[in-house]
Amino acid sequence: MTKRIVERFAALKAENRAGLVIFITAGDPDPAVSLEILKGLPKAGADLIEVGMPFTDPMADGPAIQAASQRALKAGMTLKKTLDLVRAFRESDKTTPLVLMGYYNPVYIYGVDRFLEDALKAGVDGLIMVDMPAEEDEELCLPALRKGIAFIRLATPTTNDERLPKVLSNTSGFVYYVSILGITGTASADTKHIEQAVTRLKRATPLPIAVGFGINTPEQAAAVARVADAAVVGTAVVKIIADHPKHPTETVAKTLAFIGDLAKGVRTARAGA
Amino acid sequence: MSTLNSFRTGPDEGGHFGIFGGRYVAETLMPLILELERVYTQCKTDPGFQKELASFHTHYVGRPSPLYFAERITEKLGGAKIYFKRDELNHTGAHKVNNCLGQALVARRMGKRHIIAETGAGQHGVATATVCARFGMECTVFMGAEDIERQKPNVERMRLLGATVHSVTSGSATLKDAMNEALRFWVSKAESHFYIIGTVAGPHPYPAMVRDFQSVIGIETKQQMMEAEGRLPDTLVACIGGGSNAMGLFHPFLDDPSVRIIGVEAGGYGISSGKHAASLTGGRPGVLHGNRTFLLQDDDGQIIEAHSISAGLDYPGIGPEHAWLHDMKRAEYVSITDDEALEAFQFCSRLEGIIPALEPSHALAHVMKIAPKLPKDHLLVMNMCGRGDKDLAAVLGHLAKRGKPI
Repeated sequence: MTKRIVERFAALKAENRAGLVIFITAGDPDPAVSLEILKGLPKAGADLIEVGMPFTDPMADGPAIQAASQRALKAGMTLKKTLDLVRAFRESDKTTPLVLMGYYNPVYIYGVDRFLEDALKAGVDGLIMVDMPAEEDEELCLPALRKGIAFIRLATPTTNDERLPKVLSNTSGFVYYVSILGITGTASADTKHIEQAVTRLKRATPLPIAVGFGINTPEQAAAVARVADAAVVGTAVVKIIADHPKHPTETVAKTLAFIGDLAKGVRTARAGA
Repeated sequence: MSTLNSFRTGPDEGGHFGIFGGRYVAETLMPLILELERVYTQCKTDPGFQKELASFHTHYVGRPSPLYFAERITEKLGGAKIYFKRDELNHTGAHKVNNCLGQALVARRMGKRHIIAETGAGQHGVATATVCARFGMECTVFMGAEDIERQKPNVERMRLLGATVHSVTSGSATLKDAMNEALRFWVSKAESHFYIIGTVAGPHPYPAMVRDFQSVIGIETKQQMMEAEGRLPDTLVACIGGGSNAMGLFHPFLDDPSVRIIGVEAGGYGISSGKHAASLTGGRPGVLHGNRTFLLQDDDGQIIEAHSISAGLDYPGIGPEHAWLHDMKRAEYVSITDDEALEAFQFCSRLEGIIPALEPSHALAHVMKIAPKLPKDHLLVMNMCGRGDKDLAAVLGHLAKRGKPI
């Protein structure tokens, strides 16, 4: 439900700081470890969570997140199990907003109505669908909004002023600004560009602006946190999971420690500015 | 059969053919494909553009391609009168150049000098590299590592033509993955690069645009058949990977109800084996590469790797307009196995002195099945959409493996 997202951004605003959004792929490296990481995220400092729905052909993702999808699928992950994962997470956390991110085909095959029903019940607050532009809103976006699930839109450097109103229509929760031309985990935008983009988006929407793609270090996260409402980190997190394949406890510990560092960067960004 | 007035008016404004088609792409690409649609719409009605395209068809590609009466095959099969539409005689040896030429001219209009392409058999890559050389454009081709192995001569041709060939190792390392990588690359170069999609798939306007550029095949066939026989053909047969040569042949005939239309998918080891590339016969609707169409996929919506002896047909999807024609029952879709295609490959080489590519060998294998049962005055046109030189090494290997060396 959208409410958790709205409340979280209101709380962040009250604290005068930006949020940290962490992306992990559901079931990576396997369902059990993935749940451990997910459960640890809020305490480690994640303000919002994006859970990637594994897909064989993730067209907007770089090698790291492609590999995460492959690991998860190999470990038997399905969309149904992704929803199970969310449900298990919600047993211990009722306040951290969680959005599902991914590609449309698994949702389409699951069945849109049944998916929205089950996602809401599992405790999903919003959706980020990479291959669902505003032109296809009838299909998933509008049904999701009617259910009270936020539909978070991606805005990109190619989204010109003429198009921006269309992108910002039928959206809720927050706007995700893709700060580079490209796929996940390949390049980083400079802060000046991000600042200008956020200013442009802010003029067009009252929604909070999260910025992602290419944020790899606590320093970069802090820089984004100075100008945006939230910083999204995915690839760098997923890489840590990939680097510790043999020891589940170590995988969880290293991942959460890194998120702690990112959170520190984000939380102190404006104080240090 | 439906009560539609015409099968030739699609797609609608959003790029839909019935429930198929659409624009399922990342936001980064949306402004680009909208701009492409705008420019392409202008080109369609611009006499200057059409004149230039026609001139290149005549002098560069070598169109019209002949409609050839395959007399010896007709005799041997003993039934329908079989014609080949000889698109393998085009410059670069396949139908692919029809589309590349058209899109390169559109790209030039848009001021884009950098071209991206994906390729399976390498024919689309070669055709793209060719037109890029001709127009002084920079060309980057994505090709699956496995296909690079299967189609070495085409890789060498692309490099000779000045293209950069990227080997794609992700996924099954074939056409689907090459298309994923091409799309990823395009997202990163969205402002400077033009993506020449090689088949009637992808987000709108690609399926319609590629179809339009390939329709020259069917338009010529209609005219040539009128000249040769004074009437329309009775049956059209073409092979289908993504489906561009088939759509090019079929589309001008869609509103001629007397014309039976048959698309031939790659049946690999047989549909029941699960190792095939027949998305209409063995798949179901889903969304991939920017459009909704029939896809090979599992119950979780994960894409299943296709298999075909032919790299050009080795794709788990099919153009959305074919999916629609299948649903509307205006066209029939069948499948042919690797072994049947190999047999047709040799059959055609020995009887007609034409070495077909493995792709149209699938179409011919189906012709070999149906022609004997058809009357002698039945006019059948098969699209000979590519020549087989590129497949020689692979075919020899397969025949040796089967204990049947030439």
